[in-house]
Amino acid sequence: MEVLDTKPERTKSRSKYSIIIPTYNERLNIALVTYLIFKHLSDVDFEIIVVDDGSPDGTQDVVKQLQKVYGEDRILLRPRPSKLGLGTAYRHGLKHASGDFVVIMDADLSHHPKYLPGFIRKQTETGASIVTGTRYVRGGGVHGWNLMRKLTSRGANVLAQTLLWPGVSDLTGSFRLYRKSVLEDVINSCFSKGYVFQMEMIVRASRKGYHIEEVPITFVDRVYGSSKLGGSEIVEYLKGLVYLLLTT
Amino acid sequence: MKHILKILGLLAALSAVWAGLLETSLIPYNYVWLLPIYLIVSLGCYGLLMVGVGLMVFPTCPQEATLLQKDILEAKDFLMRKGIDVGAA
Ligand SMILES: Nc1nc2c(ncn2[C@@H]2O[C@H](COP(=O)(O)OP(=O)(O)O)[C@@H](O)[C@H]2O)c(=O)[nH]1
Ligand SMILES: [Mg+2]
Repeated sequence: MEVLDTKPERTKSRSKYSIIIPTYNERLNIALVTYLIFKHLSDVDFEIIVVDDGSPDGTQDVVKQLQKVYGEDRILLRPRPSKLGLGTAYRHGLKHASGDFVVIMDADLSHHPKYLPGFIRKQTETGASIVTGTRYVRGGGVHGWNLMRKLTSRGANVLAQTLLWPGVSDLTGSFRLYRKSVLEDVINSCFSKGYVFQMEMIVRASRKGYHIEEVPITFVDRVYGSSKLGGSEIVEYLKGLVYLLLTT
Repeated sequence: MKHILKILGLLAALSAVWAGLLETSLIPYNYVWLLPIYLIVSLGCYGLLMVGVGLMVFPTCPQEATLLQKDILEAKDFLMRKGIDVGAA
C-alpha cells in the first residue's frame, strides 16, 4: 500500500477519454447506456460523442434531454442526416473527439459500461495503444446466442485464427479503447464496411505492430431494439477474410 | 509483406521439403506420396476439433443477463426522475 501511496499520479489517470457511440434507432438504449457510463466512470475525465444517423425513432431528442441532465460538454451530439454506415460513423465521431484516448462501443448494452474502468486500468498498467474486449477467454462470455450462432462464431474464429494469425482472440468484437493517434492512423487505412470493418481494424493494427492488450468482457444480446447488421453475414465474412489475406 | 505471401511461402517450403524427400528416397516412395494427403486431412481434423472444443467450452454468462436487468431498472428509475422519456420501447 505504501508503494502505491508514494506514486499517486500513477494510480489516478489524468488522461481524457472520448467515448464514441454510433446510434440508429436506440432512443431507450442510449439513455440507459449514458446513465451506466456516468455511474461507472464517476472519477474519470470523459466525453460521450453520439453519432446518430437521423434515427426516425427520436434518438436525438433523447440525447438532447440527456445533455440537459449531464451537460452539453459531457455529451456531444454529432448527428448525420442519413444512415451512412458504421465505419464512417466512427470517422465522423473521431473528428470531434478531444480526448487522448477514444473508446468505441455500441449503444445497445451488449457492451456494458462496467468494463470501462478495466479497459482504462489495463491501458495505464501496460501502456498499450489498443485495449480490446474479448468474449472468448476465461471471465468473458456471451448470453442469448442459439447453437447456430455459436457454431458460426466458432467456425469463423477458427478460420480467421488459422489463416490470419491476428494475435488477438476476438476479431469481430468492437468494444475497444484506442490511443487517439493510433485510431486515426488505423482507421485511415481501413476500407471495408459493416461487420468486416471491426476485423480489418484490429488486423491492420496488429500488422502495424501496435501494442494490443485484451480484457475479458461479457456480451449479452440486445434487450431493446433490433440489430442493424445481419443479412448475408457469412458470405460477407468470407469475402472479408480473403480481402484481409490479400491486403494485410 | 502481405499475409498471403507468408502463407504461400510456408506452402512452398513444405513442398520443397516434400520434393526433397521424393528425390532422396529417405522414406519409401509410397509413403512420401501420401504425406500431402495426411497434411490436408490433419488440417481438416484440427479445424473440426477446434470448432468442436470451442463449442463445448463456449463461455456463457446467464448471470450477466440478470445483472443487466437490474442495471436497466436502476437506470430507468433515475432517468424517469430526471424527466427523460424512457417509457415507450
Ligand atoms: N450511426 C450509425 N450507427 C449504426 C449504424 N448501424 C448500426 N449502428 C449502431 O451500431 C451499434 C451496433 O449495431 P447493432 O445493430 O447492434 O449490430 P450487432 O450488434 O452486430 O447486431 C448500435 O449502437 C447501432 O445503433 C449506422 O448505419 N449508423
Ligand atoms: Mg448489437
